[in-house]
Amino acid sequence: MISDTELQEMYGWMVTARYYEERLQEEYLEGKQPAFDISAGPIPGELHLAAGQEAAAAGVCSHLDDADTVTAPHRPHHVAIAKGVDLERMTAEIFGRRTGLCKGKGGHMHLFDSAVNFAGSGIIAEGCPPAVGAALAAKKRGEDSVAVAYLGEGAISQGGFLESLNLASVQNLPVLFVIEDNDWAISMPKERVTDIRNGSQRADGFDMPGKRVDYDDACAVYEAAGEAIGRARDGNGPTLLEVQVHRRMGHFMGDAEGYRPEGDSERAKRRDSIERMETTLQKAGIDDDTIGDIRDRSHQRVDDAIEWAKDQPEPEPDEAYDDVFTNPPAGWTPNTKPEQAESTGGDD
Amino acid sequence: MAEADEPETAETTDERETTMSRAMVSAIASEMRDSDDVFVMGEDVADYGGIFDSTDGLLDEFGREKIMDVPISETGFIGAAVGAAQAGMRPIAELMFADFFGVGMDQIYNQMAKNTYMSGSTVNVPMVLMTAVGGTYNDAAQHSQTLYGTFAHLPGMKVVVPSTAADAKGLMHTAIRDDDPVVYMFHKRLMGIGWMPAPDGPKTSVPEDDYTIDFGEADVKREGDDVTVVTLGLHVHRALEAAADLTGEIDVEVIDLRTLVPLDTETVLESVRKTGRLVVIDEDYHSFGLSGEIIARATEGALADLSAVRRVTMPDAPIPYARPLEQAVNPGREDIIEAVQAVTE
Repeated sequence: MISDTELQEMYGWMVTARYYEERLQEEYLEGKQPAFDISAGPIPGELHLAAGQEAAAAGVCSHLDDADTVTAPHRPHHVAIAKGVDLERMTAEIFGRRTGLCKGKGGHMHLFDSAVNFAGSGIIAEGCPPAVGAALAAKKRGEDSVAVAYLGEGAISQGGFLESLNLASVQNLPVLFVIEDNDWAISMPKERVTDIRNGSQRADGFDMPGKRVDYDDACAVYEAAGEAIGRARDGNGPTLLEVQVHRRMGHFMGDAEGYRPEGDSERAKRRDSIERMETTLQKAGIDDDTIGDIRDRSHQRVDDAIEWAKDQPEPEPDEAYDDVFTNPPAGWTPNTKPEQAESTGGDD
Repeated sequence: MAEADEPETAETTDERETTMSRAMVSAIASEMRDSDDVFVMGEDVADYGGIFDSTDGLLDEFGREKIMDVPISETGFIGAAVGAAQAGMRPIAELMFADFFGVGMDQIYNQMAKNTYMSGSTVNVPMVLMTAVGGTYNDAAQHSQTLYGTFAHLPGMKVVVPSTAADAKGLMHTAIRDDDPVVYMFHKRLMGIGWMPAPDGPKTSVPEDDYTIDFGEADVKREGDDVTVVTLGLHVHRALEAAADLTGEIDVEVIDLRTLVPLDTETVLESVRKTGRLVVIDEDYHSFGLSGEIIARATEGALADLSAVRRVTMPDAPIPYARPLEQAVNPGREDIIEAVQAVTE
C-alpha cells in the first residue's frame, strides 16, 4: 500500500522532472535559432530529455535513501530529481557553470552527486558495472544499502549490462537493474534489436527474477521495485525490472525524428504518466487544490533553479587543468599549451 | 636521483632476497592486514594464486571474501572495482594479460580514468589495476604486448612499471595507498615464476618492513658519461647487461623510468645534458608511443645538448610466435649494444 505522502512525493518528482525538461528545452533552443548550432546558446552540447519516462524514476527512487547508489545513463534528469540530486547545482552543471555539481566538467550526461550517491555515464550500459561494485562494497561492509542501475531498452544487448547481470547474480549482490523501455534506441525500434519480446526476459539467463511493468504507472513501478529492493536489502540478490515508458521528444534536442512513423510520437504523448498519476491521486482522495499546489511548487522550484544557475559564474579557463587526479603527483602537470605553461609551472 | 630512491628503512630493518612476485604479494598482504577496504578481484587469483604468481598465497590468509575469483568478464569486474572504489573501498583488480584490455577498456579509460575529472573531484577512484605485460616466451600477438604507451597516453591513470623486487614492493604500497587509479604493469619474465625463469636482475634484496616509493622518480641504475639509455621493465636488465659488455669502450648511463605517469623528465634531461646522447629501449610498438615521447621531451628540454638520438623498440607489427621471429623483433642485448655504439660513432 502506498501512503498518501509517498503518492504526493512521487507526483512532485514527476511534475518537477516534466517541467524541468520543458524549461531546459526552451533554454537549450535559445541561441540555436534560426540556424541550429549544437554548440551555441546557454546550454551547449547534446541534450537528451526524458519527458515521458518519469514514472520509472519516481516508482523506484521512492524506496531509496541517500546511502543507496544510483547510476544513470545519458538521459538522467528525471532519475536525478527523484534520487534527490541537488537541483540548483545540477542545473548549474548543465549550464556549464563553475558552481555546478562537477564544476562544469561533466555536463548533463556526466552528473555526479556524491551526497546522494548518484553517478552518470554517457556510455550505453557502462553504468551497470559500477553499480554492481557499489553493491559489492555494501555487502562487504555489512550495510543494507542497495544499488540501482538504470539503462534503456537499447542497452540490453550490450556486454556491460549482461556481464553485470551475471556478476550480480553469481555474487548475490543487492542490485536492481531498471530498463526504461521507450521503444527507441535513437532510430532503432526495439523489435529490430532482439528476438526476445521483453527486456526483462534477459533475467532468465542469469537465474534472476525478471519483471516487466507494461504501462508507465508510477504506482505499478513502486510495487514491483519495492519487492525487488526489499529482496536486495534482505540479502536475496538482484532483480531485473523493465518499465514501459514513452519518448515524447527526440533522442536528443535537434533530432528531427524522420525515422519515426507518422503518429508514433503523438501516441507516445497521449499515454501520459503524469495525467495517470493525477487520476490516482484523486482516487486516493487527495483534492485538486493539493495537487495544484504540488504542481505549482514543483514548477517554482524548477524556475528558481534555472534562474539561480544562469546567474552563476562560468569556470575560469585554467580550471580545465584541475581535477585530473585527486592526488596530483609532485612535478606532474597536464602539459598545457605552451603559452599557458608559464602560469601553470612548466610543462615537464 | 638514485640515492633518494633507496628505501629509507633499508639499513635499519631486516632484508631478504626475494622474487618480484613475492615482493608484490607481501605488499598486498600487508596493506590488507592494515585495512578492511583492500581486497583483490580477478580471474584465477584465489586458488591458482594468479597465473603469474601475483596473488600467490593470499587466499590462505585472507579467504575468498577478500581474494575474489570472478567470472571471465573484464567489463563486469573491472567496472565493479570502479564502483567499489567510488564507494570508498580500495580494490585491486587483476587484468590477467594487458592484452585483454580490449574487452574491458570502457571501464578502464571512460569510467576509472575519467570519473574523478568529470565529477570535478567530488568522486575519486582509489583502485589498482594490476596487469601482466610483455613477451619473450612465444605467446604471440595476443599475449605478449606491453602496451605501455597506450595506458600512459590516456589521461587520468597513474602508470607504474617495476623492474625489481625492491621497486615492486614499494611501488605496490604506494599504488594501494594512492587516492587515484593506478595501473600496475608487471613484466611476466621478471616475476620469478617456476615455469618462466627470470633473469638475475629482478631478484633483489627487499626490506621486510613496509615502505613506499614515490611515483615520478626514475632510478639511475648505472651512472655513465657517454650515452644515456632510458628504458623500463624487462629491458632495464638487458640494458644493464649491454652496458656491462661495453665497459672500457663506452660509459653508459642506464635510467629505469619506473613510472610513466607521472614521468620523471628531469632525471632524463639531467642525464642527457651530461652525455649528449640518448638511446631509448622500449618493448612497446615503435610509432606514436613511449619512445617517441621520451625523445620529444629530451629535445624540448635539452635540444642544444643532444648530438645523437636513437631508439630500439618493437616494430610496428604484431608480435610473432616462432622463436626466431620473436627474438628478431624484441630488442635484445646485441641490439642495445649496436644502438649505443651507433650514437657514439
